[in-house]
Amino acid sequence: MDRVPILKLGDILIISIQIDLDDQSVLALQEDLADAVVTHGARGVIIDITAVEIVDSFIGRMLSTIAATSRLLDAQTVVVGMRPAVAITLVELGLSLGGVRTALNLEKGIALLDHVRGATP
Amino acid sequence: MTVDADVARRRIEELLRENEAQILHRWTLIAKASGEELTEIYRALLSSLEHGSSDLADLRGLLAELSRARARQGFTPADTSRAVFGLKEALYEVVEGDGGPDAMRGFIWFSRLIDDLGLFTFESYTTARERIILDQAEQLLELSTPVVKLWEGIVAVPLVGTLDSARTQVVMEKLLQTLVDTGAEHAVIDITGVPAVDTQVAQHLLKAVVAARLMGAECVISGIRPQIAHTIVTLGIEFGDIVTKASLADALAYALRRSGIEVIAPRATRIAVRTENV
Repeated sequence: MDRVPILKLGDILIISIQIDLDDQSVLALQEDLADAVVTHGARGVIIDITAVEIVDSFIGRMLSTIAATSRLLDAQTVVVGMRPAVAITLVELGLSLGGVRTALNLEKGIALLDHVRGATP
Repeated sequence: MTVDADVARRRIEELLRENEAQILHRWTLIAKASGEELTEIYRALLSSLEHGSSDLADLRGLLAELSRARARQGFTPADTSRAVFGLKEALYEVVEGDGGPDAMRGFIWFSRLIDDLGLFTFESYTTARERIILDQAEQLLELSTPVVKLWEGIVAVPLVGTLDSARTQVVMEKLLQTLVDTGAEHAVIDITGVPAVDTQVAQHLLKAVVAARLMGAECVISGIRPQIAHTIVTLGIEFGDIVTKASLADALAYALRRSGIEVIAPRATRIAVRTENV
């Protein structure tokens, strides 16, 4: 089973999804990430889905779940790099990812996290 | 095919070949078309008769060409098919002169063939027209959905005309693609030019806004006219937390403020008036 690597940049964790996720690796990723947030005391999580071309409701829910979990652990989640086709699919599926912040690319995602933390120190 | 019918056909072929000049001349007069085109069609007709009537591909191609050319010149399809039917009249004069029973029987067969060809010109006219309409509809779809850049990081989609599912889909895709390409964080959907908003159109707009939001851009809907605002409220459509503005200017001002840009009017120059005691 492929594991998605979790990168640490300062107090931000970056996950770049480059593979086709199956249900097992999604579950593994959720657990790994929760562990990593606690271990590193991360304040922000960025999920980069630039390479993801196909999504289903399961992946949509994964994003919401990760966001909810991270918020419990006091980390903000930002999903970055969503492709137009993916956005349209999620909307058609009726998933609006409530509670998940989004940004156009990684750079803007990091800027957004800095901004949020600046507003609520 | 019976022997009689075969004989009749061959007789017509002979007549067509022998009296080519005369028939062509009459046909040109009746059809009011250029002699060259008709001669070409006539030749093709003759050669296809030689190879048996099943092989009409060449002839059909020529007729389709004629039909298209005449449609472009503004002829109605009825004119074109009448021109083809004119060949019957032209041939009839020759058949009458011949007077034989074979020729008469053959003429009936020939007339059916010409009827088919006449109808074919009609058909190709309609096909050509339909293709033009389809192309135009596609072009309209492309033309009517520009995404314009208002400011660094702010794009706008001025929508004009009635919105349906297909158009909204195109608009949505184009808008989202522009967001990716330009990295704009604010988008304005201006519906000043949309004559009516019903539940379906509103649904489509909401989807576009949510999709843009998923990608990390903020979307404002502007240009909502009073009647449309009234309709939206009457229909009970909830826009939720989506920002709506009355005009594009308001939306732009909002987007600028959100991206931290301040627009300041230059200070008015002071005019000092001094009164002098005379």
